[in-house]
Amino acid sequence: MTEDLANERTEDIEIRLLLDALYYRYHYDFRDYAMASIKRRLRQGRQQLGFASFSAMQDALMRDPDMLPRLLGYLTVQVSEMFRDPSYFRALREKVVPHLRTYPSLKVWIAGCSAGEELYSMVILFREEGLEERTLFYATDINQDALRAAETGIFNLDRIPLFTENHRKSGGRNSLSDYYHAAYGRASFDKSLRRKVVFSDHSLVTDAVFGEMHLISCRNVLIYFNRSAQDRALGLFKDSLVRKGFLGLGAKESLRFSGHADSFVDFVREEKIYQRSAQ
Amino acid sequence: MTARSEAVVIGASAGALEALSAILPSLPAGFRLPVMVVVHVPADKRSVLAELFQNKCQIEVREADDKEPVVGGTVYFAPPDYHLLVEMDRTLSLSSDEPVLFSRPSIDVLFESAADAYGAALIAIVLTGANQDGAQGLCAVAALGGIALVQDPDEAFASAMPEAAINLCPDARIMSLHAIAAYLREV
Ligand SMILES: C[S@@+](CC[C@H](N)C(=O)[O-])C[C@H]1O[C@@H](n2cnc3c(N)ncnc32)[C@H](O)[C@@H]1O
Repeated sequence: MTEDLANERTEDIEIRLLLDALYYRYHYDFRDYAMASIKRRLRQGRQQLGFASFSAMQDALMRDPDMLPRLLGYLTVQVSEMFRDPSYFRALREKVVPHLRTYPSLKVWIAGCSAGEELYSMVILFREEGLEERTLFYATDINQDALRAAETGIFNLDRIPLFTENHRKSGGRNSLSDYYHAAYGRASFDKSLRRKVVFSDHSLVTDAVFGEMHLISCRNVLIYFNRSAQDRALGLFKDSLVRKGFLGLGAKESLRFSGHADSFVDFVREEKIYQRSAQ
Repeated sequence: MTARSEAVVIGASAGALEALSAILPSLPAGFRLPVMVVVHVPADKRSVLAELFQNKCQIEVREADDKEPVVGGTVYFAPPDYHLLVEMDRTLSLSSDEPVLFSRPSIDVLFESAADAYGAALIAIVLTGANQDGAQGLCAVAALGGIALVQDPDEAFASAMPEAAINLCPDARIMSLHAIAAYLREV
């Protein structure tokens, strides 16, 4: 029993050192993430990659840059869906879009876009609402593999029924099949959907503001951060939004505990859609 | 008992409602410990568990919020489709990591993180269910000196989950719901 306890402490120290190493060597900063989930996924990674300890894993990481993407695969969570939480996209369509129509040109930022599920959902929604032509979309993530996947826009065909159902529930005007081509078990989304998209590697923890946005959608990313990293990211969103710009968060994320809460007002409360206050 | 208990975690699946009804409402108003609960519920269901038990319990009951501090005398239910975890600083985290053993929320995920956070000061309870979730987590709790309780499979609505827990974790104490409720009132 006491031995297990001592091992546990050692493991915590090793994980901390591993994350320090990752930061100093490669500038990926996971030190302010919610640790319980990180720890769980790192344990899985250590086992699957066959390291006896986190110290051994750290040693390999320091010397072998090929270790980096593999480790990032464990440290970042790529669970996503198109039109995830359809009621969120319905609220964007019905309540936010009418405001966006009043602008001659628009910038939309999908922060933590994973393999593009949320991005394609947004572009399709904007196309259906006739706003795509005047909009520039920024899709950012820290996971290169995910960004590359987002740029190809290919998803396994077995995910399409769920995406189709979500799209329909979100108030989709056309059939989702209008937007992809199915072959060999895969659905390739039309490349015209990427015409107005800029993909880029950007971290909400370490990088800065890069433009003035009318809508920022950042869903199921902040949930992986601790409060201080959440606050930094929310500050970034605040500084990136035009006055009266919109911020959409994930179903279980909110501004409630944040120091930036005063800069936003609830816009669609149940859907975690906020509006930057005017001052 | 080696350490004074500081928290309770409970996992339940098929038959959960009835089993929890034998435990949670019997906790007295001044109950000292926080109680974190994972029940397997369908992902697309709005959870009614917290509301349901709020009306039946003498202590506060609610659905867990991301990053909220754990407070004694409160029951926290994991929201549908999210894992519930306890951080070392004893705040709660939610995550949408992959399901574990086809379950999100996962009992193992809650138990393992709570074991890290509370060590020997944790009481973990596996109740009725028709799968294997919770067995691994219960072992993690016992390995760090925590107290592992399992509902008697003979009285459980579904015996697979308690049986799996007992098989993987022979140190666990097998108890009736009635005895578990009495045990908690005494801690
Ligand atoms: C669970 S996915 C969410 C995907 C999508 N937004 C959704 O809601 O379905 C989380 C994404 O956040 C990314 N991520 C993690 N840390 C990040 C950071 N510091 N900055 C930007 N993106 C990050 C991960 O790589 C992953 O793609």
